[in-house]
Amino acid sequence: MRRQLYEVQRAMRARREAALRRGVIAVLDIGTSKVACLVLQFVPDEGSGAPADRPTLRQGAFRVIGAANTRSRGVAFGEVASMEECERAIRTAIQGAQKMANLRVDHVIVGFSGGRPRSYGLNGETEVRHGAVAEHDIGHVLAACEVPDHGHDFEAIHALPVNFCLDGRTGLTDPRGQIGRTLAVDMHLLTINSAALRNVIHCIRRCDLELAGVAAGVYASGLAALIEDEQELGAACVDIGAGTTGISIFVRRQMIYADSVRMGGAHVTSDIAHALRITPQEAERLKTMHGGLVATGLDDREMIDLPSALGGWDHDRRQVSRSELIGVMRPRVEEILEEVRERLDAAGFEYLPGQRIVLTGGSAQIPGFEMIASRFLGRQCRVGKPLRVRGLPGSATGSAFAGAVGLALHVSHPQDECWDFEVPADRQGARRVTRALRWFKENW
Amino acid sequence: MRPLSAEPRRPRRDPAPSRLRYRIDRLWLRPWVRRTVNLGVPGLALVLASWTLFAQFDARDRVIAAYETLRESVVRRPQFQITSIEVPEASPDLAEQIRTAAFVTLPANSLEVDVNAVRDRVEALGAVERARVRVLTSGVLEIRAIERVPAVVWRSDRGIMLLDQGGARVAEVDSRRRRVDLPLIAGAGADAHVGEALALVAEAAPVRGRLRGLVRIGERRWDLVLDRGQVIRLPEAEPEAALKHAMALETGQKLLEREVTTLDLRDPRRPMLGLTPYGKDELARVRAEAAGGDA
Repeated sequence: MRRQLYEVQRAMRARREAALRRGVIAVLDIGTSKVACLVLQFVPDEGSGAPADRPTLRQGAFRVIGAANTRSRGVAFGEVASMEECERAIRTAIQGAQKMANLRVDHVIVGFSGGRPRSYGLNGETEVRHGAVAEHDIGHVLAACEVPDHGHDFEAIHALPVNFCLDGRTGLTDPRGQIGRTLAVDMHLLTINSAALRNVIHCIRRCDLELAGVAAGVYASGLAALIEDEQELGAACVDIGAGTTGISIFVRRQMIYADSVRMGGAHVTSDIAHALRITPQEAERLKTMHGGLVATGLDDREMIDLPSALGGWDHDRRQVSRSELIGVMRPRVEEILEEVRERLDAAGFEYLPGQRIVLTGGSAQIPGFEMIASRFLGRQCRVGKPLRVRGLPGSATGSAFAGAVGLALHVSHPQDECWDFEVPADRQGARRVTRALRWFKENW
Repeated sequence: MRPLSAEPRRPRRDPAPSRLRYRIDRLWLRPWVRRTVNLGVPGLALVLASWTLFAQFDARDRVIAAYETLRESVVRRPQFQITSIEVPEASPDLAEQIRTAAFVTLPANSLEVDVNAVRDRVEALGAVERARVRVLTSGVLEIRAIERVPAVVWRSDRGIMLLDQGGARVAEVDSRRRRVDLPLIAGAGADAHVGEALALVAEAAPVRGRLRGLVRIGERRWDLVLDRGQVIRLPEAEPEAALKHAMALETGQKLLEREVTTLDLRDPRRPMLGLTPYGKDELARVRAEAAGGDA
């Protein structure tokens, strides 16, 4: 007997709906280098033909009323490494955003990029009961999917119906109301390490917040950085963060693959620190102020003062040229990109109609990154910034905030995920009362 | 002087709020907490402070005394003094009465004089129907009174009084001769029906010269008394119609100039005449002569 897959997510859905009714929700992007928090205020959508019981929102029906970000502590590779430190970082971000919004937030949606996400493609098939496909048929077909053995220490966080197939007609996004006999679905299941997930959940609980949802950071940054055409035709979003580099592939507005490389900007920084014998903080500063990836003749002559490790600027002064710095940074970036290329090849990215690759995340801001990336990933590379959302302060519009903005978009316009449909009664398990009630609901 | 070695660069202090600070901040963002602290606590402090102050007697006395002196200094200003009372458009006699009744000792203070009470006192006078009292800016208390006009003289067992049209007492007089121009009414309860009495007097115009007065009998009906002891007894209901009937008899047949003592109209279907003894005798004689003549 398969276990109840999405019980946690169902509980989260209830909380998310409560938050939407209240109109205020926070999104929290826990990254390796920074924790970003946005407080969103929603205007519930009136007048559209949405079912009344579930609050739905138009895309862009929210505005950002509070934004804060802070250096993150106690996070390594996108996972919580030190609970206490991570909690302090989250508290700082939440408090700053609350102060800007002048509102208290209780519900938070978390996106994080660690936990070794794995993608699975699932298939399910079922008979349509009454001719036209109804909600419960979709519930049935989703429940009919063969869930692969993803290991007991991994947990599903996204299960997106990518494609519906009705009597051989494929490529349907929403088959409800159509007539047919056999309904099949292709589903994309994303699992992450449950220990990492539980740590994050616990961390949020320690901050007196209620978790209203968890999203993979890759998914969120793909939502924010890819424009609609790219999502439709097929594109990959490469989110180069500090600790991890996330890869997500979108086609027909659905994410079909996600993966992550456990390398990122922090490794570049530590390379600089090692090579030039300076502290990591100073290396980070050097990287952001003078870093680059493509050396020119001018860079040989541009000398950078190195802060001395031992104090005393007069007897321990060192200088490096910018091309030396570039020489330190470039191999690591190339390594990351090679790894990304491998993952994309493994996912079969070259068979997609669109070959666009969008680079985002903080490390994508290194000058010359686009040029290097196009050598490794093909010609159609661009550095992407997140979509513009209302009320977002200018300081949070850079590509490093793609994850946070993507979470906001995800909240405002959630995909019809698997747990948005009720589980059919015969798979509900031994809850007799619930089953009886459901029977009543369906037949009366 | 610049130190030889640069200050060792310290990592920046972690700006993270402490757990307590974070909780307090989140609590502070609750609207009701904010309202309570911003309004409730100062209000409570104010109440407590005033309470403790007023719990001490000498402090309270000092506060009250300070208030009193402040009040005095305002009240004693000459702008607030009333130096005279004016009663325009009233006869000197009534003006004197009103001045006495107003019961204001001069010089008075315009902040302390209760003009409503003065008006009530003045209106309690019988001769005043309505009064308007106001303080003018020049320190004058003006009492504008509308006098009652006496309409009838009422003789009762409590004395002779002048009543106005509504039956309200205007004044007491020692003799009916003081106001011979007014009709006289008598009897208990007559003052409640002055209007009716006046209507009856107006109806009795043909015998105006002989009319002595109206008597209320048993607090329910009127007797019209003429000189020579003649009485017209009027019914309880519609006395005016009955009197009009009697006046028609008088003007047409000079009824009341004859030997009649009473004209009883109490039963409108059966008026009765009471005759003088001389009249009775004459009637008997005339009837006997008529019978003898016939016989």
